Amino acid sequence: MKKIEAIIKPFKLEEVKDALQDVGIQGMTVSEVKGFGRQKGHTEIYRGSEYTVDFLPKIKLEIVVDAGKVAEAVSAIINAAKTGKIGDGKIFVSNVDEAIRIRTEERGPGAL
Amino acid sequence: MKRFKLAYLLIALTTAFGPVAARAQGTNASIPTSAAVPAAPAAPAAKADPDLAQRVADLEAYISNGARGSDAADAKVGSKIDGTAGPGHNAWMMTSAALVLFMTLPGLALFYGGLVRRKNVLSVLAQCLGISGLVTILWWAFGYSFVFANESSPYWGNFTKYAFLHGVTSSPNGDYAYWVSQNVYSMYQLMFAIITPGLIIGAIAERMKFIAVLLFVAAWMVIVYFPLAHMVWGIDGMMNGVWNPKATIRAIDFAGGTVVHMSSGWSALVLCLILGPRSGFGKESMPPHSMVLCMVGTGMLWVGWYGFNAGSAVAADGVAANAFMTTTLAAAVASFVWALAEWVVRGKPSVLGFCSGAVAGLVVITPACGFVDATGSIVIGIIAGVVPFLACSYLKPFFKYDDALDTFGVHAIGGTLGALLTGILATTASGNANLTGDAAKANGLAKLVTDGGLWVEQLKAMGLTIALAVIGTIAIALVVKAVVGLRPTPEVEREGLDISEHGEEGYHHA
Repeated sequence: MKKIEAIIKPFKLEEVKDALQDVGIQGMTVSEVKGFGRQKGHTEIYRGSEYTVDFLPKIKLEIVVDAGKVAEAVSAIINAAKTGKIGDGKIFVSNVDEAIRIRTEERGPGAL
Repeated sequence: MKRFKLAYLLIALTTAFGPVAARAQGTNASIPTSAAVPAAPAAPAAKADPDLAQRVADLEAYISNGARGSDAADAKVGSKIDGTAGPGHNAWMMTSAALVLFMTLPGLALFYGGLVRRKNVLSVLAQCLGISGLVTILWWAFGYSFVFANESSPYWGNFTKYAFLHGVTSSPNGDYAYWVSQNVYSMYQLMFAIITPGLIIGAIAERMKFIAVLLFVAAWMVIVYFPLAHMVWGIDGMMNGVWNPKATIRAIDFAGGTVVHMSSGWSALVLCLILGPRSGFGKESMPPHSMVLCMVGTGMLWVGWYGFNAGSAVAADGVAANAFMTTTLAAAVASFVWALAEWVVRGKPSVLGFCSGAVAGLVVITPACGFVDATGSIVIGIIAGVVPFLACSYLKPFFKYDDALDTFGVHAIGGTLGALLTGILATTASGNANLTGDAAKANGLAKLVTDGGLWVEQLKAMGLTIALAVIGTIAIALVVKAVVGLRPTPEVEREGLDISEHGEEGYHHA
């Protein structure tokens, strides 16, 4: 099993969700996060005071899938989230040791 | 220890005012009742019954906000409506009083509260609420009397005449309005006394101890606000050009350019300099935590300001109607111009720009609203959108003082500008008969309005206002600093005033 974490632009969430559902992904977890990469922050001015805002709002999407589905899911995310401009985000893939469905106590890929 | 100090303060207050109460009632009984108190039991007995023509004339006086036949000091004839308020005027003034309170609670509280960081939002709300209660108690005890009682000095009112609002009933006080109950008038003026120190909070936000704020405000009301309000609006005040035939400075201030905005704005600058900048000022980001709340507060200020400005006619008359129009025009134009200026200079019109401009327009039109016409108010709106914008955007960064929410930039600069512009733009075309009334003819104001030169008198009033505000604030701030200290510890300031001073948080994570 693999965990895919994708940091994406907030307005791309709906498209990414639809794309993942189209390739058969059953569930996902989404959080509103802040951060920066190469895009850096921006400047806000309130009357005479100017502030640099380093952390930009992003969406972090987490899904855990069977190892065989990783390539398909990753390309679905890339296709849906890409604008070609700086700040599109990143995808991280890592191993997951165990998954448990709390209701039935199923374990392993069947719990996903 | 803190609790002990507070309890001691309360005991000291009650024991200090106790004897005054007794004295107040004693002196009131011994003073011969003046003609200005229509409900006086002795006066009507000597007067003849009014004939039908006189009774109709009294009703016409109500319609046109004039005096009853019996209101003159030497009146031989009585009135069937002696001591009775006019329902229309009274209704408008009760509405206006509520509108002016609405400016503070929650208008100003949200306008300022949205602009601070989230850890301090409640401290601003608490300061607005605390000031409302504190000033009301002062006003009841002696404040109203100290400002508006006549037979006093040119500098302050009579400390005891209306102390504890004794004698302030539903009968009008002819000094200020023939058709508005004096209890309504006193509550209306109370709302001005509440919002004025509330404005100061903007400059000292996020870094002053609550007890220090309360002590400062209590002393500031007595030393700065009450005397200034009497000088400008008291019937025998030395700067009351429209009502006092013996005014030494023939200045005019319709709704509080000097009394409210200059006094609070200049005091705010002095207090924020004595207090010092917020820790981390200039190094850390301190952006507004909610521009939405700020905008909501701005809208409430704007709406409430109709009570402030149009209500200052103390009647539902033509002067109020004109003030309603000029207030709208100036606020809308200034809001638009400020944002436009940002657009030109920085490339983006901001919500804070629109909000700041609206407030600046309202501040600048305040002293002028009852004395200028539509054209004058548009001129005021344009200037109000540009000058305070420049003060907030360039003056503050240049001198690096931490006027946290721009009380000085908007209220002191705006109020000063308004006082001066009133001297230039006041015109009889506004329909305000007081500009050329008997008192104005006697003290020379009428000639200054028609022939020009009023702005010189306005300059004198501005100078006196700034001097009183600056000197008074320095003295009070230093005393409060010596007694309880002005600032919380750096750890408290870091954590935020909400938790440490009030034991609450504005927002909880779900």
